[in-house]
Amino acid sequence: MSDKPLSASETAIGLLKRAGRWQIWEIALWLIAIAMIFVLPSKMLILTEITILGLFAVSLDLILGYAGIVSLGHTAFFGLGAYVAGIFARDYFSEPVTGLLVAGVVSGLFGFATSFLVLRGSDLTRLMTTFGVAMLLAELANQAAWLTGGADGLSGVTITPILGLFEFDLWGRNGYIYALVVLMVLTFIARRIVNSPYGLSLKAIKRNPVRAAMLGISPTRRIVAVYTIAAAYAGIAGALLAQTTSFVSPDVLAFHRSADVLLVLVIGGTGYLYGGIFGAIIFTVLRDWLSVITPQYWMFWIGLILIIIVMVGPERITRWQAFLPGSARAERLKARKAAEDVR
Amino acid sequence: MITRRLFIATTMVAALAATPSLAQDVVKIGLVLPMTGPFASTGRQVEAGVRAYMALHGDTAGGKKIEVVLRDDAGTADQTRRIAQELVVNEGVSMLMGFGLTPLAMSVAPVLNQAKIPAIITSATTSAIMKQSEYFVRTSMAGPQSAVPVATWAVENGLKRVVTLVTDYGPGHDIEKGFTDQFKKEGGEIVEAVRVPLQNPDFAPFLQRVRDAKPDAIFVFVPSGVGSVFMKQFADRGLADAGIKLIATGDVTDDDLLNAIGDPALGVITGHFYSANHDSPENKAYVEQVKKAANNMRPNFMSVGGYDAMHLAYAALEKTGGDTDGTKLVEAMKGMEWTSPRGSISIDPATRDIVQDIYIREVKKVGDELYNVEFTTYEKIKDPFAAQ
Repeated sequence: MSDKPLSASETAIGLLKRAGRWQIWEIALWLIAIAMIFVLPSKMLILTEITILGLFAVSLDLILGYAGIVSLGHTAFFGLGAYVAGIFARDYFSEPVTGLLVAGVVSGLFGFATSFLVLRGSDLTRLMTTFGVAMLLAELANQAAWLTGGADGLSGVTITPILGLFEFDLWGRNGYIYALVVLMVLTFIARRIVNSPYGLSLKAIKRNPVRAAMLGISPTRRIVAVYTIAAAYAGIAGALLAQTTSFVSPDVLAFHRSADVLLVLVIGGTGYLYGGIFGAIIFTVLRDWLSVITPQYWMFWIGLILIIIVMVGPERITRWQAFLPGSARAERLKARKAAEDVR
Repeated sequence: MITRRLFIATTMVAALAATPSLAQDVVKIGLVLPMTGPFASTGRQVEAGVRAYMALHGDTAGGKKIEVVLRDDAGTADQTRRIAQELVVNEGVSMLMGFGLTPLAMSVAPVLNQAKIPAIITSATTSAIMKQSEYFVRTSMAGPQSAVPVATWAVENGLKRVVTLVTDYGPGHDIEKGFTDQFKKEGGEIVEAVRVPLQNPDFAPFLQRVRDAKPDAIFVFVPSGVGSVFMKQFADRGLADAGIKLIATGDVTDDDLLNAIGDPALGVITGHFYSANHDSPENKAYVEQVKKAANNMRPNFMSVGGYDAMHLAYAALEKTGGDTDGTKLVEAMKGMEWTSPRGSISIDPATRDIVQDIYIREVKKVGDELYNVEFTTYEKIKDPFAAQ
């Protein structure tokens, strides 16, 4: 390190590099997730569910937290992915990884096609168009009974072992490992994306699209791109659900899924990718725990807890990682405190 | 440094790892029902039926103590599947029971086939379910079982021109086909076949069309709960005054909701397998028990499915002498016959599906309350689609 004062651009590069740096808690999270395979062998199924919901929420975070697009119909892509994976396994080829890729590509294409709808209008318009797209798909799945099984759901899906090697067992161990590997790979890719110049330009658009356009950042193409990526992610999450349960019900396109995933993001916090994962852990564990204690009235308790979370302030709960040692925020606080002490 | 992380991890581990241990002489039955969400009434009724059976017949069968583990799936198929799977691997249940809707039952078929554990269906009705697994046994209703006798009765009683109105989903299509096939075979004429959407149905435009078509009767199938909306609109539009009879499956005049529907329901003819008004000592004891235990709730056809599922589970355990091997239990259930609160029923050994009498009933005032009063019986009806 030289004593020469850094130029503005050098400072900026330094800051950006720090934003993309691996945090202790990130590494710890993944290590814990891997350790779960050995620590909690009896809870593989619910962990798989958390993993899938987490991936779905990461996908929503990409468009909500980074591009600022509010969606009430994100389950359209989730459900599409689930149906594509289910139908692909039933009629063509039952190896799951291939099915996952196919589902991702199809959902991505559908996301690309519908992304032009979210380019226009305000948040309210976007809510309605995304909601409408999901409703359309849900009704299509219900009516096209020859393809999707209609209201009875898509049954007769048999999934062969992953890569021909690992069979989905009754304990759900391989299912969890499979879902976790997919979540890890996709989160790492998403991490690269949001910390790239492209990810930064998205944040600029989210803050102020007009100013971003003035600076030469065209919102249109960037929003189309991130919407397509997010759709592919959601599709892969749906495909994971279809493959680990070897069943697809029309419920995958139901409104409550779009609402749940939004709720998960509200709990976990938007705009730092892991919010979806933390939210999914909290939401699912809470729901499972309460519904075992009181099968009839758990919704009351979960509602109460959600209100408390919102009243206490999502900032204080969801940005907790900002207060952990080593994070940029904590460093800043420490610096400020030190400065005050000196004074 | 990482204490907060550790704290979160340990609390999670503690919350997740609370799994009770398993005693040798206890047989656990996993009851998976929609206890919340739009189908919560199904869950409550089935649970009441199950609890009533245990209250009346004790909690031992085949020398084993029976323990029921109730879980809520909120009517979501992937939840049903996960819960069923967890009950099998973590709780060590010997039998599964419940399943409110067709997709919910369908989703557990792979678990049953892999774990070789019987599942008794207390509510879902479509014919397609039974083919998904050799381990499904059913005590609710088999496909359009209740619609076929209604068609026969209608023709016998001079109702030759009929409009059908069903809800546009799997069971609705089954019932429409079951009724239409039988009705045409008997020489009736279907004037028009109307399908209404499952979500927020408004019957007014459909009812206007029905009125213009001037049929002898309208045959209706809608999920229980929607029935009351339909009946009110039917009365408001003056279809009864126009001389159009209302015939239906018993879902429309659900015992649980009949008093809430009130007078518009009077005179409606339905075909179904259970009425709380059924005249037998078994039913009397049953209705009393449910009312006593569940805050004066009147049992409906859903709850009797739960009651008979418990009977089947008990009887199968008695027959195997307490052996909980899944394949043996299913074998024991095949061909079982008994007298249920609904009348005499049996399990078809070939299809593992229920064979039961279908009663034609009319809604009448009994004392202060409305009841489905049975007046004709069609005996030993099988699933009309199973042979196809």
